[in-house]
Amino acid sequence: MANSTTAHAHDDHDHKPHGIKRWLYATNHKDIGTMYLVFACAMFFMGGAMALVIRAELFQPGLQFVDPGFFNSMTTMHALLMIFGAVMPAWTGLANWMVPMQVGAPDMALPRLNNFSFWLLPFAFTLLLLTLFVPGGAPAGGWTLYPPLSLQAGDSFPLTIFAIHLMGISSILGAINVVVTILNMRAPGMGLLNMPLFCWTWLITAYLLIAVMPVLAGAVTMLLTDHFFGTSFFTASGGGDPVMFQHIFWFFGHPEVYILILPAFGVVSEIIPTFSRKPLFGYESMVYASASIAFLSFIVWAHHMFTVGMPLAGQLFFMLSTMLIAIPTGVKVFNWCATMWKGSISFETPMLFSLAFLFLFTIGGFSGLMLAIVPADFQYHDSYFVVAHFHYVLVPGAVFAIMAGVYYWLPKWSGRMYNEKVGKLHFWLSTIGVNVLFFPQHFLGLAGMPRRIPDYSTQFADWNMVSSIGAFIFGFSQLLFVYVIWSAVRSGEKAPARPWEGAHGLEWELPTPAPYHSWDTPPPRNVIAQGAMH
Amino acid sequence: MTKAIRRVPSVLALSAAAFASLSAHAEWGNLNMPVGVTELSKEIHSLHMTIFWWCVAIGVFVFGWMIWSLVAFRKSQGAKPDTTMVHSTKAEIIWTVIPVGILVIMAIPAARTLIAIEDMRGSEISIKATGYQWKWQYEYIGEDVSFFSQLDRQSDEARQLKSGVDPKSVQDYLLNVDNPMVVPEDTKIRMLLTGQDVIHAWWVPAFGMKKDAIPGTINELWFKVDAGKTGTYRGQCAELCGRDHGFMPVVVKVVTKEEYKVWLAAQKAAASPAPAEAPADAPAADAVAALPAAPRG
Ligand code: HEM
Ligand SMILES: [Cu+2]
Ligand SMILES: [Cu+2]
Repeated sequence: MANSTTAHAHDDHDHKPHGIKRWLYATNHKDIGTMYLVFACAMFFMGGAMALVIRAELFQPGLQFVDPGFFNSMTTMHALLMIFGAVMPAWTGLANWMVPMQVGAPDMALPRLNNFSFWLLPFAFTLLLLTLFVPGGAPAGGWTLYPPLSLQAGDSFPLTIFAIHLMGISSILGAINVVVTILNMRAPGMGLLNMPLFCWTWLITAYLLIAVMPVLAGAVTMLLTDHFFGTSFFTASGGGDPVMFQHIFWFFGHPEVYILILPAFGVVSEIIPTFSRKPLFGYESMVYASASIAFLSFIVWAHHMFTVGMPLAGQLFFMLSTMLIAIPTGVKVFNWCATMWKGSISFETPMLFSLAFLFLFTIGGFSGLMLAIVPADFQYHDSYFVVAHFHYVLVPGAVFAIMAGVYYWLPKWSGRMYNEKVGKLHFWLSTIGVNVLFFPQHFLGLAGMPRRIPDYSTQFADWNMVSSIGAFIFGFSQLLFVYVIWSAVRSGEKAPARPWEGAHGLEWELPTPAPYHSWDTPPPRNVIAQGAMH
Repeated sequence: MTKAIRRVPSVLALSAAAFASLSAHAEWGNLNMPVGVTELSKEIHSLHMTIFWWCVAIGVFVFGWMIWSLVAFRKSQGAKPDTTMVHSTKAEIIWTVIPVGILVIMAIPAARTLIAIEDMRGSEISIKATGYQWKWQYEYIGEDVSFFSQLDRQSDEARQLKSGVDPKSVQDYLLNVDNPMVVPEDTKIRMLLTGQDVIHAWWVPAFGMKKDAIPGTINELWFKVDAGKTGTYRGQCAELCGRDHGFMPVVVKVVTKEEYKVWLAAQKAAASPAPAEAPADAPAADAVAALPAAPRG
């Protein structure tokens, strides 16, 4: 601890501009990280409100509230907002906060770029949300934007495409920043294999982003030219092929789902050791498993499109490659279990969320394995079984991991503790809500309910009602999350530098709250060695 | 004996009542994939159950391990961490190799079924289904029979926004059409699928099969309903195709081969008004003649 005090001798030299300028011209990784997180939270609530419109309509058979066209806009916008507006920015926000602190750097490598990549987002999402008010309504062809349907959109079409371009640029710039920071700004003495897993999984995520966001940009640009400039990449009548879009889209789309979940693996790999008071089991195999998942994610894309009519050999290839992904994923789960084995486990809120992640993400992994079996996928595809699957990996998966990370690092960020009681209440309501919401969707899908329908035959009525009840429990309990954070930051108890007994890593060697410029002078080697105890 | 026989009606009535009250709550029991009425759908169902039980087995192991750790190594119970336990090559090899083994065991039957699914040879009837926003068109290849199939009137009225009609009062709400597709039992049917405007997908869960109907492409799938499984089978469009995607059901009526011949003949007669004046049994004879590919049932 003595070292860290010397390292921060000039905390009082923080010349930060005040008021709005501090945020508009922000170049500090913590300010930008905060903005990302607040933005993500706003989008999470907006996307959540849309999900509740969906679930309200699906509460009973018959159409009670919305027109089917608007319903389709809701599913489309909900997904775009949650994926590009909530989960991805939340991860970038966490990377901004934690990567410099964890690698012993004063800030991100490219602070002005950092500012730019954040400020693109409000513009992108303003454009996207504006589509709700243009003639023809918001995009309603699904977040997957399959042509020819997506080409039938009204005035929302160019706005959506442009918004996606902005989001893509923002992600790529953010990713470049993470790569440069990790590769160039590590404190002397910190080798790549000394880094905490959050940095590792983010490094891999950043490469995935740089590789696939341009693919998405290409795909939507081709849609744009098909719509306005007379090309026919995807229109059959002009010699194009709508299926080609799906190949390009999922070449982006599958790595994208790992972009959403890899940083979650990192966060959970930090939290489980802390609250088990035991180093992470199999650190190196965790790194290799993440890298193999990233590699495999480029060769499995067509498992999203088994029903488009591929040659037998193609179907077999994508079935086998998809099944392979279960191996490194299994390695990770086993390593987390082994980390807890013979530990000394306590159950604070970050640990509870990580444990829910462990259980429920695994359930999503099981349904993923089932979906890989092509003949069975002919039944599952485009049914609610798929909806249940991806929500299990995204909500108690990615979203819970984000929440776990926020609870875990909040004391370091703000210098204050959240209220553990309210945190636990938030945890239990969310966990019960999310299971009531998504588990019955497995039954619905297997019984034959297609996804993306605003109304259903009466045999599906019971489980839809249960699912909707779960949705409202889950949705409203998120208000508690905002409350618990807000009250901690305003008036929480003062937190010590190392609020968690078992926490290791450079971020915990900094004083609390973390100084404005994290590591002005690099941490000494003995501190690195102590921090990198895994 | 006679006493027992006399009791039969009341027993029947009683069990019918029991069944009715059960089926009133049957929706809660809709938890799993239907077994289906074709060879392929049964194979698919058994693959589904096999992979499901594997998941359960792995789940029992993994969740058991987790719960054991969470109970046995609680700090509140004075557990002391063993901080030397950080790596084990042996464990890593075990938990890589065993899953690989399980995957291989699963991949083999899956591949076998997939090969059967893709084998279109020997089909006896070919029907082309074209997806439109928002209805299906069925063309019986080589038969000059073609018609549209769309949501029935009753469902269509009930499904309007705030229609005030209780969907539960509508027979087969959203799963009924004006003109169902008709096929004979025990006959290999080849479906040719395409889309007119956007992508749709043709899905009947009881047949185990779903495939996209894509503009500019013709996809194939086949099914053969088991002998004795006549009846009406219902499904829905399974690819988002716009505003009324939820309202274009797929309904297939499976009939005996004889009934099919009669039906086909009647369709042809209706399609071309001139032969409609011919003697009543003539169309049926035509229909038989027009089915050279079909083996005699
Ligand atoms: C309050 C929590 C949530 C609820 C109630 C909810 C509910 C839903 C519902 C009802 C659908 C539409 C199903 C349909 O197409 O008919 C859906 C789709 C989807 N959701 Fe969620 N969801 C929630 C959270 C999330 C989160 C956090 C994410 C992302 C990380 C997410 C990602 C998606 C995606 C990608 C789709 C697919 C949309 C499409 O293909 O059209 N959801 N969700
Ligand atoms: Cu995928
Ligand atoms: Cu459709």
